[in-house]
Amino acid sequence: MTREVQPRSATRLDSYVDRYAARTKGMTASEIRALFAVASRPEVVSLAGGMPNISGLPLDVVGGAIYDLVRTNGPAAMQYGSGQGDPTLRDQICDVMRLEGIDAHPDDVVVTVGSQQAVDLVTRIFCDPGDVVICEAPSYVGALGVFRAYQADVVHAEMDEHGLVPDALRQAIAAVRASGRRIKFLYTIPNYHNPAGVSMAPQRRAEVLEICREADILILEDNPYGLLGFDDEPHRALRADEAEGVIYLGSFSKTFAPGFRVGWALAPHAVREKLVLAQESATLCPPSFSQMAVSSYLANHDWQGQVKQFREMYRERRDAMISALEDLMPAGARWNVPDGGFYVWLTLPHGLDAKAMLPRAVTARVAYVPGTAFFADGFGAQSMRLSYCYPTPERIREGVRRLVGVIEEELELRETFGTIAGEPHGSVERGYESPNTDLS
Amino acid sequence: MDALNGRIVVLAGGLSHERDVSLRSGRRVAEALRDAGAEVDERDVDASLLPALRDDPPMCVLPLLHGETGEDGALREVLELLGVPYVGSEPAACRAAFDKPVAKAVVARAGLHTPPSVALPHETFRELGAAAVMDAIIAAVGLPLIVKPAKSGSALGFTVVRETDALPGAMVGAFAYGDTALVEKFVEGAEVAVPVLDTGDGPTALPAVSIEPDGGVYDYTARYTAGSTEFVVPAKLSDELAAECARVAVTAHQALGLRDISRSDLIIDAEGTVWFLEVNVAPGLTETSTVPLSVQAAGLELGELMTDLVRTAVGRSSR
Repeated sequence: MTREVQPRSATRLDSYVDRYAARTKGMTASEIRALFAVASRPEVVSLAGGMPNISGLPLDVVGGAIYDLVRTNGPAAMQYGSGQGDPTLRDQICDVMRLEGIDAHPDDVVVTVGSQQAVDLVTRIFCDPGDVVICEAPSYVGALGVFRAYQADVVHAEMDEHGLVPDALRQAIAAVRASGRRIKFLYTIPNYHNPAGVSMAPQRRAEVLEICREADILILEDNPYGLLGFDDEPHRALRADEAEGVIYLGSFSKTFAPGFRVGWALAPHAVREKLVLAQESATLCPPSFSQMAVSSYLANHDWQGQVKQFREMYRERRDAMISALEDLMPAGARWNVPDGGFYVWLTLPHGLDAKAMLPRAVTARVAYVPGTAFFADGFGAQSMRLSYCYPTPERIREGVRRLVGVIEEELELRETFGTIAGEPHGSVERGYESPNTDLS
Repeated sequence: MDALNGRIVVLAGGLSHERDVSLRSGRRVAEALRDAGAEVDERDVDASLLPALRDDPPMCVLPLLHGETGEDGALREVLELLGVPYVGSEPAACRAAFDKPVAKAVVARAGLHTPPSVALPHETFRELGAAAVMDAIIAAVGLPLIVKPAKSGSALGFTVVRETDALPGAMVGAFAYGDTALVEKFVEGAEVAVPVLDTGDGPTALPAVSIEPDGGVYDYTARYTAGSTEFVVPAKLSDELAAECARVAVTAHQALGLRDISRSDLIIDAEGTVWFLEVNVAPGLTETSTVPLSVQAAGLELGELMTDLVRTAVGRSSR
């Protein structure tokens, strides 16, 4: 081996460190992300990730459709396509949206790489640094990441069991405007909210629309879970009652499969034009192959029957989680009973901090997402998101059992030291901690 | 140097809080070994490991597991049971090194300076009353101080406490990672890491790496975010201080009965006293870790060095 000591050098192990855009501030390693590396192991009951459970998909049917697609239409499927998206699929998307009361024209639909990209494109065309996006408190971690990337400021408005609180929205609008800042849109997930698990009540929908109409604020309605309700017909979309003031986002990730990465935006005409241009600069076009595969699935398979099966499976898992929580959780813990979607929002007994507790949970082989991930302002420490979509009912119960053990140990520790879960004090670094990529 | 004739199993991952760091170390070392001509399998540690080692015994195992199981000697104990050669320290030495209070006591007996500290389990605070115990700790150790889990790495659960009010939260943070917390006087000074290698000719210190995190504290984010810490290697030290750091690291390595590779984390205060903080028997070998920087500064290639360590381990087992 050569052993010639090299001259002294100083390094930051990143030769580009002085060249990154300001928006990368906060893109750092974090303890929370590190802990989630363990959650992927089978020994851990992960109540953290939001991966759709697609084990019930008829893979033979999907495989056959893809085979036929390649055989009959391969050259087109593997070629560039329209920046706005495949016309046949856009037509089918309008049929899907009709289930939620939306009457739309395919010309106003832009296909995107999952609805996540639609959030990105909308933010890209609307937000300058320092502009304000109003979000529910809590809000979807993936959207908060997009807003942060475009250096938009997030102002949260309170939710309750009926969704976004209209008075809180009014107050947020007034406060932002009094501070001289511009509100670019309200970002809302009206149905089976991620992470809060609640849906906006019908009367609230009308009121929120009215508030935004009066204040001239655009609504970004993100609706990936809308067809996954357990009890009733799908809720009526905000976009169904307001065409000009709402951009609606949809996705096939939960109703079909996330691997195709097909979502869409339905936007007023002028906005749609800009979205297409933004889409073309981002990706040239959404993937033709995925779009045509989804289109074939919708055309040739009883996709609504499949969604019904998904709903039944998720309902069974929801029931397992709620039953386990009711049986096992200590006094002082509170949670909602979702009527659709993937998530339960659990608030811990007073004094506990879900983020501080996570290492203990990982040791106990159970994972969740601490509430702080869903706030842009450091709040949410006493809460966590529990996901029931993926594990079996038996594993869900086991996960809750482990979690209860962790909470009891933490209660004992907090009793000893008397510390209280902190909401942020003083100046708080704006940020989010996306623990993983499977949170959509 | 001749390439090795046999398969090396690089173990990385595991179920510890440092799984992510371990996977990064494993990937980097496996790549370096392949570049050096070795045949390498990368494996996680799970129920399929032992049957695989038994059915198709490798020439050598390279455990790059950080945190419990990997560094506390447990996995190495099992490798001993199987009779599989492995790189690194024996189980008993790992147990002592991984337990920071024990390691501090051992190196103190060997004449090294280590900051005053106290290690207490959660139970003690509950039985005696946390406020009274914390008062006693502050009176004895003084502020500022550092609270950390007695057994962990990568600065997980680590808090610098500068005000009395912050101590309870810091204790809770450390107890989230384990039942015993170490409260140690915070020594202001230059932080350096000193690897020690022994490829058969006795332990030798590699060049010290000085660590200057942007935020002042070398926490998890500073450790694993490229660009957030400045490393200087060899550290800007007088010849005397550089030699003293090397002596301290080698003494710690020997006093704890370590073998093959270790990394000591040290602080040099304003008076030039070198303080031992902790030693790692499976030091990080990621893209942002200090050991690879020191290896490079010593004029060595990581792959060749790891090959040499493997050769040493294989030679040891055949004796």
